[in-house]
Amino acid sequence: MSSREKILSAIRSLTLEAKTLPDIPNFSSPGNLVERFTQSITDNKGEVMTKSEFEAWFSAAGFSKVISLSAQFSELATLPLPEDPHDLESLEVAIIDGQFGVAENGAIWLEDTQLGLRALPFATEHLVIVLDRNLLENTMHQGYEKIATADSGFGLFLAGPSKTADIEQSLVIGAQGAKSLRVVLF
Amino acid sequence: MTHPENAAEFLKDAQKSKWHDETLWFVRDKRDKVSKGIPEWEQLRDLASGIKDNVLANLADYLEEFERNAKKNGIIIHWAADSEEHNRLVLEILQQQNCTAVVKSKSILTEECHLNPYLEKQGIEVVDTDLGERIVQFLNQPPSHIVLPAIHLKKREISELFHEKLHTEKGNEDPVYLTQAARVHLREKFFAAKVAITGVNFGIAETGEFVVCTNEGNADMGVHLAQVHIACMGIEKILPRRKDLGVFLRLLARSATGQPITNYNSHFSSPSPGKEIHIILVDNGRTAQLARDKFRSSLKCIRCGACMNTCPIYRRSGGFSYNSTVPGPIGSILSPGLDLKKHSSLPFASTLCGSCTDVCPVKINIHEQLYEWRQEVTKTHGDFAKGLSMKLANGIFKSPLAYKISGSLMRNALKSLPNSLIYHPLNVWGKNRNLPDPPKESFQQWYQKNRS
Ligand code: SF4
Repeated sequence: MSSREKILSAIRSLTLEAKTLPDIPNFSSPGNLVERFTQSITDNKGEVMTKSEFEAWFSAAGFSKVISLSAQFSELATLPLPEDPHDLESLEVAIIDGQFGVAENGAIWLEDTQLGLRALPFATEHLVIVLDRNLLENTMHQGYEKIATADSGFGLFLAGPSKTADIEQSLVIGAQGAKSLRVVLF
Repeated sequence: MTHPENAAEFLKDAQKSKWHDETLWFVRDKRDKVSKGIPEWEQLRDLASGIKDNVLANLADYLEEFERNAKKNGIIIHWAADSEEHNRLVLEILQQQNCTAVVKSKSILTEECHLNPYLEKQGIEVVDTDLGERIVQFLNQPPSHIVLPAIHLKKREISELFHEKLHTEKGNEDPVYLTQAARVHLREKFFAAKVAITGVNFGIAETGEFVVCTNEGNADMGVHLAQVHIACMGIEKILPRRKDLGVFLRLLARSATGQPITNYNSHFSSPSPGKEIHIILVDNGRTAQLARDKFRSSLKCIRCGACMNTCPIYRRSGGFSYNSTVPGPIGSILSPGLDLKKHSSLPFASTLCGSCTDVCPVKINIHEQLYEWRQEVTKTHGDFAKGLSMKLANGIFKSPLAYKISGSLMRNALKSLPNSLIYHPLNVWGKNRNLPDPPKESFQQWYQKNRS
């Protein structure tokens, strides 16, 4: 008997009391979505900014390796999206569009179509996500309602920059992934 | 060594154990604060518990549905009855890829299966990429906590370790500096690895996808650069519907560290073009636990670590004292199911205060199951039970500090413990005899106050 059969038949041999699958209420909380989203991203050690604030930061920093998949900032790109993710090793900035954000925790939903390469938002040094302020949901429940059962290949709720507190619980931003997250809310 | 003996060892470094205790309490406190901001928190716990109950009652059907949908998406599914088979399957995939260096992100299951030593024996380099896990791996230690793997270490120790392993400046203890050094080291490993191994937080039957949550982004750094992704998944990790994630992702990070969500929550449903994703579905004692009426619900655990952070014994005795892959209250009900004799002292590593049960996001009745295991230990192993009782007592009374702690815990716990527990023959805290009313002060406190 294969392990698959062994495991499944071991489970099926048990007579277990039936338990109904509960329905999930559509919980949401009051408050201004933009304010709550901004607060959440800030708490997660990211930054929410306007277009002009972003442009000021970007031009002052003078980056040379930039990939932009966001139509609004396509002119900022200095590099095309490579075929091999290993070529992202020294990438300084990635600019991508977010599908929607969740106010309660700042999570932004991204899928293959926004990412180009799945490694992009992790491998880049700085990540910029461009997001429409009308595309904010209240809680994760509305977030999943929006995604429904669409097949994304790879999908991701991203809520901040790479961070760790593994050394004596001191929070450090920029562990293995992106060292910063900027959300351009338009 | 029994739990009290190990605990006595941990308590020798009084300053460090005090820090450990206070730091975990601080994390517990953050969990309390953030959960209070969610009015429906208790409803979410009920829902999570109900969803997991439904999963366990229909596990075979859900596993088949999960397999069917994952396969449809181009994921390759394997089944492993035990840890040996799991390890062998991983090795076979690595050999197919001619892979001799693999990156791994936090996976408690691979710890449980002792995958690292197995692969290393075959000449394969395994790099744990979660910062805390890399630190303990450098020290040849297992993680001491399932969410905070290096919580038993101070930055001075990490600084010395990194000086030796990563050639950081001697004496530089700055966490930012040390993290940066680890970043450079680990990114080199990510960009070189052909195969990446991750654990799985949730597998969704309805879609065949699985979800991995990290704050460091290490799981994603590994898998998106590698050619092949191996996801090791306990069969109990199933959720029926994608929307169930709404409930579980709201609970998980808030319960674990008091943050509203982990920064990276990746949903894998199919491989990138030209790449491979393998899922290994592992039993390793889970179906046996499913068959045990009293302990079945321990399989609902989502490994948030909240029961550890709140446990007065865990905080004061350290993760290693449990000598079990999953330590703390939940480990003390999971591990006896795997090897009752080896882990027979764990169900006693508790005051039965019930704080674990109060914080558990999936509402496992942890402290009641600890009590049930005590009964099992007596029943099944009557022959060594008496010796165990002596050993437990010895471990405690040999160390004055451990005695002090257990004494003050006992005084507080006594008020709420039912008689059956206090007078349980194996209850070392009750010492197998009638107890007087709990004194308001211990002899030691009394002596301190009155000696001058
Ligand atoms: S038993 Fe509950 S509190 Fe403990 S780790 Fe598991 S889910 Fe978290």
